[in-house]
Amino acid sequence: MATIALPEPAIKQPSRLTLLLRYLRRNKSLAIGLGIILLLTLFTVYGLLTIDPKDAYPLSARPKQPPSWQYPLGTDFFGRDLYAAMVVGMWQTAMIGILAGALGTLIGVILGFVSAYFGGYVDGGIRGICSILTPIPVLLIQIVIAGSLDKRDVTIYTMALIVVLLAWMAPTLVIRSQVLSMKERQFVAVAKLSGMSDLGIIFREILPNLLPFIAAAFVTQVFGAVFASFYLAVLGLGPLREPLLGNTIWAAQTQGAFFNGWWWWPIAPAVAMVLILGSLALVIMGLDELANPRVRRTE
Amino acid sequence: MNFAFLVVKRLLSLLLVIWAASTITFFIPRLSDKNPIRERFAELARTGGFSPENLELIIASYNEKFGLDKPLWQQYVDYMLGVLRFDFGVSLNKFPSTTLQLIAEALPWTLGLLVVTTILAFLLGNLLGAIAAWPRSPTWLRSFATPFVLFQGVPPVLLGVLLLFFLAFRLKLFPLGGAYSIGRVPTWSWAFALDMAWHQVLPALALIFGSVGGWVLSMRGMGITIQGEDYVNFAEHKGLPPRMIFRNYYLRNALLPQATAFALALGTVVTSAIVTEQLFGLPGIGTLLNEAIRSNDFIVIYGVVLFITIAVATLMMIMEFIYPLIDPRIKQH
Repeated sequence: MATIALPEPAIKQPSRLTLLLRYLRRNKSLAIGLGIILLLTLFTVYGLLTIDPKDAYPLSARPKQPPSWQYPLGTDFFGRDLYAAMVVGMWQTAMIGILAGALGTLIGVILGFVSAYFGGYVDGGIRGICSILTPIPVLLIQIVIAGSLDKRDVTIYTMALIVVLLAWMAPTLVIRSQVLSMKERQFVAVAKLSGMSDLGIIFREILPNLLPFIAAAFVTQVFGAVFASFYLAVLGLGPLREPLLGNTIWAAQTQGAFFNGWWWWPIAPAVAMVLILGSLALVIMGLDELANPRVRRTE
Repeated sequence: MNFAFLVVKRLLSLLLVIWAASTITFFIPRLSDKNPIRERFAELARTGGFSPENLELIIASYNEKFGLDKPLWQQYVDYMLGVLRFDFGVSLNKFPSTTLQLIAEALPWTLGLLVVTTILAFLLGNLLGAIAAWPRSPTWLRSFATPFVLFQGVPPVLLGVLLLFFLAFRLKLFPLGGAYSIGRVPTWSWAFALDMAWHQVLPALALIFGSVGGWVLSMRGMGITIQGEDYVNFAEHKGLPPRMIFRNYYLRNALLPQATAFALALGTVVTSAIVTEQLFGLPGIGTLLNEAIRSNDFIVIYGVVLFITIAVATLMMIMEFIYPLIDPRIKQH
């Protein structure tokens, strides 16, 4: 947020941190979202430092134990310590999200720039592909891809790639429209008149101004990637050996956890996933308010 | 003449979408070296279904039957012609039934749940969103939107797990799953209908709760934009009753663009319903897909995926034709 520089500041400007905290107090959804993400990160990092990752895999604990001091979240049918499984699962979810999010955003930025910059047939082609692919329910195509892979080939990295394969259209279109509108702004015209090269204009004039949009696109991509990989895993298409959160819910449901009274088994991953996706959605909402101040609350 | 041109253009783009989807579903499985039929029979042989000596012979005969020994381009052409005739092939797992038959059996379950929950969520979400953005609405009424906004982005299937735990497992108010009580014979009676409805409550609640938040948010954004419009100010200065302004000037104008968002959300709504209903063990498309995934029934997986894609794309196109009828501001051009 740019602040208007007063000619003679009567009061000392507050520090950046105070300004940020003050902004977060106004933008509650961003504050709550970031707060939950921070807590989840602390949980995961603390967990990774204190547990043995092997406990997250089968036959490491007595099976079917309800939560106790020894196993805070209980153990499952296959003898996994669910606390360890949660820690490893959250870490893997973060990996998939960040990897797929970064890759999708990168593809989107590149294609968006190319499309807006070259225009003509290139633009028409990229937009055409986007508009043909957009009505196709992405998850279903991901099911086809994940389903035709050998179960042993599915790792969290292939999951990230599958998720990204059909999820670059939205950032491409967002970046494209932003570049198009920015191309017409006066500062670009001034830069052009002062003899700046095309690459210079792209990297020094347009890109820095696009950063808020790229950041928002990135968080949206991370959300989409976590969401999609969760759905795939819940349908039993994840890397079955890994304690990914969706896998745990899938396994619990296949073994009839509620029917057999092992309620703690699906609850732990479900609560973790609610927190992850809920907080990401809140951050997206908050960033939206930051980028378009017009969509402000009515209070 | 203009309208006919538009119809042709839209139909062509629909055909392009169907072509793209079926090409993807045709080629992706063939990129991997996994042979669905070999896989299936190897599994049967492992579990001791029949003698492995005849395996190669059986596989060869099946390859011939399913046309897997023909050159790739011919398979592709056959496949595409099949898609145009809604022929998605024969199930590997439930052999004599075709994929289309299986879909037809499962579809009413999914459709019933989907239509009811989507309409309810759309109405509830837009009403709450409009109230949240309306400056005159009382605070207590506005606060109804907050829990939904907090839960927007959480997939319905997760809410389903939590609902199952609290309402079905702990309080024992609702069944833990299934379409009707075990041991009941499906009949056309009130008792059976009631029992079935009882089993649909939790999945429906999960789906509604999971999608209301999104509508609340977009409607609130739309509402805030419309409040600044001159015609709303004018109506207020004219002294129209607030109830009338809310209904005729504010809600109606904000609601129309939401219909566009509705078409765009169709894909997500359908996939959410599929994932949710298999959690609750309802015998719909989701369970069909899940069974196919578990038993490596590739033909059914691709058939279901293609069917849903075509259905969603067609619905989107129909919606596009309906807009100008409900929103006079958009002219067909």
